[in-house]
Amino acid sequence: MQEILKQSNNPEICKPLVEAVIEKAKEFEEKFGRKPAFMEVCGSHTMSLARTGVKPCLVDHVNLISGPGCPVCVTDQKSIDAMIALAEGENRIICTFGDMMRVPGSTKTLLDSKIAGKDIRVLYAPVEAVRVAEENPDKEVIFLGIGFETTIPILTLMIGEAEKRGIKNFSIWMTTKLVEPVLRYLLDAGEVNLDGFLLPGHVSIVLGEDSYKYLVDEYHISGVITGFQTAELLSGIYKLIDLALKKEAAIVNNHPSVVSKTGNLVIHGWLDKYLTECDEAWRGIGIIPNSGLDLKPEYDQYNAKKRFTVEIGEPRKTKCRCGEVIRGLIKPNECSLFGKACHPMNPIGPCMVSAEGSCAAHYQYMRESF
Amino acid sequence: MCVGVPAKVVKKMEFSAVVDVMGSQTTVGTIFVPELELGDYVIVHAGQAMSIVDETYAKESVEEWRKLVDARNSETV
Ligand code: SF4
Repeated sequence: MQEILKQSNNPEICKPLVEAVIEKAKEFEEKFGRKPAFMEVCGSHTMSLARTGVKPCLVDHVNLISGPGCPVCVTDQKSIDAMIALAEGENRIICTFGDMMRVPGSTKTLLDSKIAGKDIRVLYAPVEAVRVAEENPDKEVIFLGIGFETTIPILTLMIGEAEKRGIKNFSIWMTTKLVEPVLRYLLDAGEVNLDGFLLPGHVSIVLGEDSYKYLVDEYHISGVITGFQTAELLSGIYKLIDLALKKEAAIVNNHPSVVSKTGNLVIHGWLDKYLTECDEAWRGIGIIPNSGLDLKPEYDQYNAKKRFTVEIGEPRKTKCRCGEVIRGLIKPNECSLFGKACHPMNPIGPCMVSAEGSCAAHYQYMRESF
Repeated sequence: MCVGVPAKVVKKMEFSAVVDVMGSQTTVGTIFVPELELGDYVIVHAGQAMSIVDETYAKESVEEWRKLVDARNSETV
């Protein structure tokens, strides 16, 4: 396996793959008079494409557009403000992923609250939050449950663990997002012209190859499920151009070593047991019906939104254009604040904070190309 | 932990396992992959093993890239 991994980043393989992709892209341009355009749906793809150098290498030949796949970035400002307000309550321990700490709320960040003395803990493994609750029975422990289909199952695991151990002082503030409704939104809105999607390797572990059939059946657009190593990304893009050249629509599983046709059925069982669809508000988009998952009413005791109320005003307006970035309408450097008022040390919007954010990826790896 | 890098199972417990990824070891939950065996490689997300890597498919992907590369090399010779 180590050898396989080595190969997936081996320059002897990756360099000719880059050339093969460029050649295919040129063929496309000759045929259609424009560059092929694909959206990477996943925030981890955005970062991997930039970090591995694939995106900078292909910048003149393939239009790779970042999509709505960074969970922190797509969370709307009201939700961010609500989570920060939640941390202000007395006798609470807030547990969260690290990405959330520096996301600007309308008045402050979670990091500001932590510095001011609030008990806010960053966890790599969220299930640890249940242990924190067990060790602090006199406090309410609330986990900020943001994420897509890869992370959502882990939230259900936490509920299962809290149930099993009879823990009553634990709850999750659910603001989860689903891939299919937002892809449908983007395709229905027709604001961005795409020749296909680079589909997320991780989310697809849960969803499975067959779950993307609607792209072909209803929208006649291709999707290639792809991993995160250099050769995987390149071969995924190669296959997308090949399909677009042939004007064919198909779902291709370019990551079959970990993604099955049906997805992980054990995980499906956990999701079905605890969760039900709900409307969710997306940054720059608004409410998309049934675009998230919430706890079923029988698990209300673990639902922080049912147990705690927070008061927030209208979000502060800024010139941040994250809403357009995540819809693929502008590139990060088209925002007037990019690299000036907004940079990783002073992020104005979530896309500059998150490890999966387009603006952060662009700032770290792509700046020399503009 | 690096995105998408498989971790090797070096010790298996009931609902968790010790995995090694590029030399560093950590404990991950394994409840989503009950068929897991010692020596398997897994994809880990937020402390949980989400999928077992099928080495046969992984090898096939490498062969596919090599074929593409070889085809190019023979074209340019
Ligand atoms: S550069 Fe900063 S302000 Fe502009 S869209 Fe990105 S995060 Fe928002």
